[in-house]
Amino acid sequence: MWKELGLNLEKHDVLLNALGTIYGDLFLTQKNRPTGMQYFDFVISEVHGLRIKELVDRKKAGKKIIGAFCLYVPEELVYASDATMVGLCGGADFSIPDAEAVLPRNICPLIKSFFGFKVGGTCPYFNSCDMVVGETTCDGKKKVYEILDDYVPTYVMEIPHKIDTPQAKALWLAEVKQFKSKMEEMTGKVIEKDSLKDAIRLINAKRAAMKRVSETRKGSPPPISGLDALLVNQVSFYDDVPRFTQKTNELADELEKRNRQGNGVGDKNKPRLMFSGCPMAIPNWKLHSIIESMGVPVVAEESCIGSRYFTDPVEPKGDSMDSLLEALVSKYSKISCACFTPNKERVSKVVDMAKDFKASGVVYNVLQYCHAYNIESIKVEKALKAAGVPMLKIETDYGSEDVEQIRTRVEAFTEMLHPVR
Amino acid sequence: MAVAGVDIGAVATKVAILADGRVLSLQVLPSGFDGNGAARRGLGRALKEAGLVRGDLGFVMSTGYGRRVFNEANRTITEITAHAEGALSMCPEARTVIDIGGQDSKVISLRETGEVANFMMNDKCAAGTGRFLEVMAGVLHVRVDKMGKMALRSTSPAKINSMCTVFSESEVISLLTNGRSREDVAAGLCESIGRRVSSMVRYVGIKEKVVFTGGVAKNVGMVAALEKELKIRMVVPSDPQLAGALGAALLAEKALAEGRHVVAVPTPG
Repeated sequence: MWKELGLNLEKHDVLLNALGTIYGDLFLTQKNRPTGMQYFDFVISEVHGLRIKELVDRKKAGKKIIGAFCLYVPEELVYASDATMVGLCGGADFSIPDAEAVLPRNICPLIKSFFGFKVGGTCPYFNSCDMVVGETTCDGKKKVYEILDDYVPTYVMEIPHKIDTPQAKALWLAEVKQFKSKMEEMTGKVIEKDSLKDAIRLINAKRAAMKRVSETRKGSPPPISGLDALLVNQVSFYDDVPRFTQKTNELADELEKRNRQGNGVGDKNKPRLMFSGCPMAIPNWKLHSIIESMGVPVVAEESCIGSRYFTDPVEPKGDSMDSLLEALVSKYSKISCACFTPNKERVSKVVDMAKDFKASGVVYNVLQYCHAYNIESIKVEKALKAAGVPMLKIETDYGSEDVEQIRTRVEAFTEMLHPVR
Repeated sequence: MAVAGVDIGAVATKVAILADGRVLSLQVLPSGFDGNGAARRGLGRALKEAGLVRGDLGFVMSTGYGRRVFNEANRTITEITAHAEGALSMCPEARTVIDIGGQDSKVISLRETGEVANFMMNDKCAAGTGRFLEVMAGVLHVRVDKMGKMALRSTSPAKINSMCTVFSESEVISLLTNGRSREDVAAGLCESIGRRVSSMVRYVGIKEKVVFTGGVAKNVGMVAALEKELKIRMVVPSDPQLAGALGAALLAEKALAEGRHVVAVPTPG
C-alpha cells in the first residue's frame, strides 16, 4: 500500500518512530486521563495505518480524496459529492529540511512543514489526495500553492479580506459556487440539494460534538487536559466523520459526568490559561506540553484547531440550493481569521472566550513570520488588558531550542497571575 | 532560621544567605558546564563565609536558567519573580526593572504593591545580552569588565546596525578596519544594546524608578547608553548581579514562614 502511494519508506519509518516516542512521552504519561481518550490514542497509533487503508479503499472504489489546510474550504461541498476531505500535516520540524531544498528559509514553519511532507514523500494523506484545495488567507500559502501545483493538482479559493462588506460576500459566494462546480467536474456527479443538506447535517453534528467537549472545559477543574482536547481537534481533520462524531460525543458524555463529580486535571493552585492565535497543526504539541508540564491547565483554544472550527453551525434559512450556499457563505464568514481587516469581531471573541472559560491569562501563539497574527496581537492584548486578563505572547516555530526559554516565560507568567509575595 | 537563594545563570552562579532579612553572605562564581556543581560550590562557600553549616538552612530557593538542575533546592522560582523581589529590596521605589544577564534581557514592570504587573524577555537569540558583550570584548581585545569604561571615553560612538552576534562581529571588524577607534566601537555596541532594550522598556511601559540589575549593569558604558536612550536616570545597585539570588533568598524566607517547603522538589530536566 505504501509503495502504491509513492512514499519514501525509509524516511517515513524515521518519522513514525519519532512520533510514537513523542506521543508516548507527552500523552500517555498524563495523569487521570478520560477513558474516552483511548479511541484517540488508537487513531494516532493507526494514523499512518488503518485510516490510510480506509482512504485507499475509498479511492479504489472510485471516490475522491481532497486535501486542505484551512477551515475556509467548505467541506460540506466535498462530502456532498461523496468525496472525503483530509486536513493535511503541517506541524512538524521533521519535514522542514526537505522543504528548504526548494523554498526560502525565512517563511512560516507551517508552510515549510506541509510542503516538506509532499516533496519528501513522507505524508500518506498528502499522497492519497486527488486534489489539494488552498486559499488566500496569507501571502505565504498563496504563493506556495502555485509551486505545490507542480507536485499535486492544487485549486485555490480566494478569501475576501474585508469580510463584512457586500462585495466580499458576493465574491465569496461566487468562489463557493465555483468550488461546487469544481467538485462536480472532478467526481462527474452533480451536487443535489438533498446530498448537500445531508452533508451539512453530517458536519454540523461533528462540530456540535466538538463544541460539547469544549463546553465541559469550563468546569473547574477542567475534566480533560488541553493536550488531549487539542488532540481531539487535530484528529477531527482527518478521521472518518460519523465515527469521529460518535466517539467525540461519548467523550463528551464522560467529561460531563466528570464535571458533575468534580473530577478533573491540572493543579488547583495554578491559574487556568487560554490559548489564542496561530493554529497548531498535528503534531505540533509544543506550547500545550510546555504549559501543562507545570500543572497549568489549558482550558480553551481560540484557534483554527479549536473554537474557530466548531463554534458556528451552518444554518440554512430556506430549502433552495441558493439558500444552502448562502448559509455556507454566512458560516464561513464568521471564522475570524487574522487575515480579515478590520477584525474587531476576533478581538471581542477572544475577550469573551477568556471570560467564559474563566481564564486567568491568555497565551498568544505566533508562528514565526506570521505577520497577521503577530500584529493583531497588539489589539488583542489591549482588549484583554481592558478586561483585566493579562496576555503573554510567544513567538516560536517547531524547533526545540527555545523550549527552556518559553518555559521560563510561561512559568513567570503563572507566578505573575498567582503572586507568591 | 537562615535561608539561601541560588541564582544559576548562563554565565555566573550567585548565592545569597539571609537570616531574618539580614544578608549573611554573598557569592559569585562561574556557572561553567555544570550548574548543579557550581550551585553546590557556591552554597558551600557562602555557608562557610556566614559561619553556618548546611543543616542551618531552613529553605533553599533556586532561580535562573539552571534553576531546575540544582537538586538541593526546596523550590524553584523564575528569574522574573526573583529579580523583581531582589530589585525591590535594593530599591523599594522601583517600578521598572531592567535586567540584562548572560543569556537574556528582561524588563519587568512592578505594581505599587511590588507585584509583577507585566514583563518582557528577549526571544530565542542572545543578542543584546552579556554573552554578546563578551564576544564583542573579544573582538576589541579588551576585558569585558573594562569595556564600559572604554566606551565612556568615546566622543563619537560608531553606529552598529546589526544586533545579531555573528553579524555584529563582522560589522565591528569592518569598523575597526576602516579606522574607527575601539572606544567608538565599544560605545556603539552599548548604544545598540541600549536601543534594543529601550524598545522593550517602552513596550512594557516606563515607570520610575528604573532599577538596572544583572551582570551587565556593572558595565558603565551600558548604564550611560540606556540613560541616554531612555532620557532618565536609573538606579544601579552596588551588587546588581546579585539581585536574583537576593530575591530568591527573600522569597525563601517567605516560603519558610508560610510552610511552603512541603512542595515537592522538581526533578531535574
